[in-house]
Amino acid sequence: MTMRIDHKYILEMIKPDSRVLDLGCGDGELLSLLMKQKNCHASGIEIDEKAIYKCVERGVSVSHGDIDSSLADYSDKRFDYVVLNESLQEVLDPEKVIAEALRVGKKVIVGIPNFCNLNARLQIFFLGRVPVTQGLPYKWYNTPNLRFLSIKDFRDFCAERSITIERECAIAGQQEVPFARNLFSEIAIFLISRSSK
Amino acid sequence: MSDPQFVETQYFTFGQAPNELVLKSGVKLGPVTLAYETYGQLNADKSNAILIFHALTGDAHAAGCHKDTKNTGWWNPMIGLGKAFDTNKYFIICVNCLGGCKGSTGPSSVNPATGKPYGLSFPVITIEDMVVSQKYLIDHLGIKKLLAASGGSMGGLMALEWSVRFPDTLQSAILIATNYKHTAQQIALHEVARQAIMSDPNWNKGDYYGKELPAQGMAVSRMIGHITYMSEKSMEEKFGRKLQGKEKVGYDFSHDFEVENYLKYRGASFVQRFDANSYLYLSKALDYFDLSEDTDLAGAFKGVKTKFLIITFTSDWLYPSYQSKDIVKAMKTNNVDVSFIEIDTNYGHDSFLVEIEGQSKLVSHFLNNVK
Repeated sequence: MTMRIDHKYILEMIKPDSRVLDLGCGDGELLSLLMKQKNCHASGIEIDEKAIYKCVERGVSVSHGDIDSSLADYSDKRFDYVVLNESLQEVLDPEKVIAEALRVGKKVIVGIPNFCNLNARLQIFFLGRVPVTQGLPYKWYNTPNLRFLSIKDFRDFCAERSITIERECAIAGQQEVPFARNLFSEIAIFLISRSSK
Repeated sequence: MSDPQFVETQYFTFGQAPNELVLKSGVKLGPVTLAYETYGQLNADKSNAILIFHALTGDAHAAGCHKDTKNTGWWNPMIGLGKAFDTNKYFIICVNCLGGCKGSTGPSSVNPATGKPYGLSFPVITIEDMVVSQKYLIDHLGIKKLLAASGGSMGGLMALEWSVRFPDTLQSAILIATNYKHTAQQIALHEVARQAIMSDPNWNKGDYYGKELPAQGMAVSRMIGHITYMSEKSMEEKFGRKLQGKEKVGYDFSHDFEVENYLKYRGASFVQRFDANSYLYLSKALDYFDLSEDTDLAGAFKGVKTKFLIITFTSDWLYPSYQSKDIVKAMKTNNVDVSFIEIDTNYGHDSFLVEIEGQSKLVSHFLNNVK
């Protein structure tokens, strides 16, 4: 099975032997890769009962729960990395979740769908409807996404809170987008940290 | 054949004077006999042993068909060839707990000092005492480290206690529908059940052996128990307002509803298979248990290396999920490796006995990954 492109870039960002918490870990695919390829101590939080069975099958340690309330269980800087991939846009309070993730993790990896890519912009402009794209396949009435943001929005969010973006990786299809990222990329992955006060 | 065929109960006795079992209360008890059954084969390096703990009114007969009684074990769908606890791979041990009435030493056993059943002269026992007594058996079997310990309800408490008391002897634990201390509501429900037994004149301060049994008290205590083991929804689905053997209600105090008849039947059959004093002692042991009594809960898991799987059920109002979530949180504070799942089901506390499909997947996969 070929590795998902976002997983490939996240794997590159994580050093071997790290402690990793994946928030919204789904069926545990990324955590399983981290255990096998990077010898990481990996665990996850997941809300979907069916996905938990798959995690246990993969030997991934997982807790059934929602991201918004689960981070309180962990002490400061418990993890080398906290991953929020394709899950930030679904949490109730993203601002608090990021702050909490930066508390329990030394570094945080955030993967977001870019709601302002060219395809989406064209659909809004020419069709006059909320865009439905490959990366955002939902209609307004059945989307699990509660938040809609772009790469620029996330950069602004970090700048306003003195959060350092250590790496930013924008992806379209199977490739990294080298320029005009906010226009061309479908997803973006950020490695962020907060310098200790 | 997919089940262990014709299993038999074995007995292990220890604690002869002067080496009696010292209970948590400081009282010495001996000799102590434990009834146990095993399924599967212990491998050469004795590394495939799994200890199963039963619930309040369970016994050592967890799986297979019993040689004498022809009864099927209480967790038979979970234990056997190709099942979650696969007897192809694992050596499964299930022990009737101390204080029980199914072959292990308890209040209905004969006190060798008097030649009469202990009755209320049996010392009060705790979950800790039950676990310590089972450690004697595991040592006797020459097993240095258990691959896993597992149980639901009271069995979960014992698995939990084992993990903190003998952390180096346990690789993994599967705790199902359990908690770490009883709440006021749980104690209250037990107390009503105990009062039902003790207010039956036949109970006679625990001295009823060879005489009329406190059948009415036992029946009422079991009725209360059964209500707490089900959920509102499962009772509604099973019984609703269906009438028992009649077209319309009788406007008298005979049984109108099916649910009344069901409880009456369950209550009546209970007195045949369980000892009233054992019920008092074991329910009290449950109420006394509190893993956080000497320290905060997180402190209890310091240095614990056991890998945990904790399972709860959405409709279990007797041992609600939040209690297990507190355990998960305390474990995480100590970097203990834990997985937690709340299975969506209507079967209430009884789910651990009947919700087999989900549990089987979880248990078999979890055990595959214990190294």
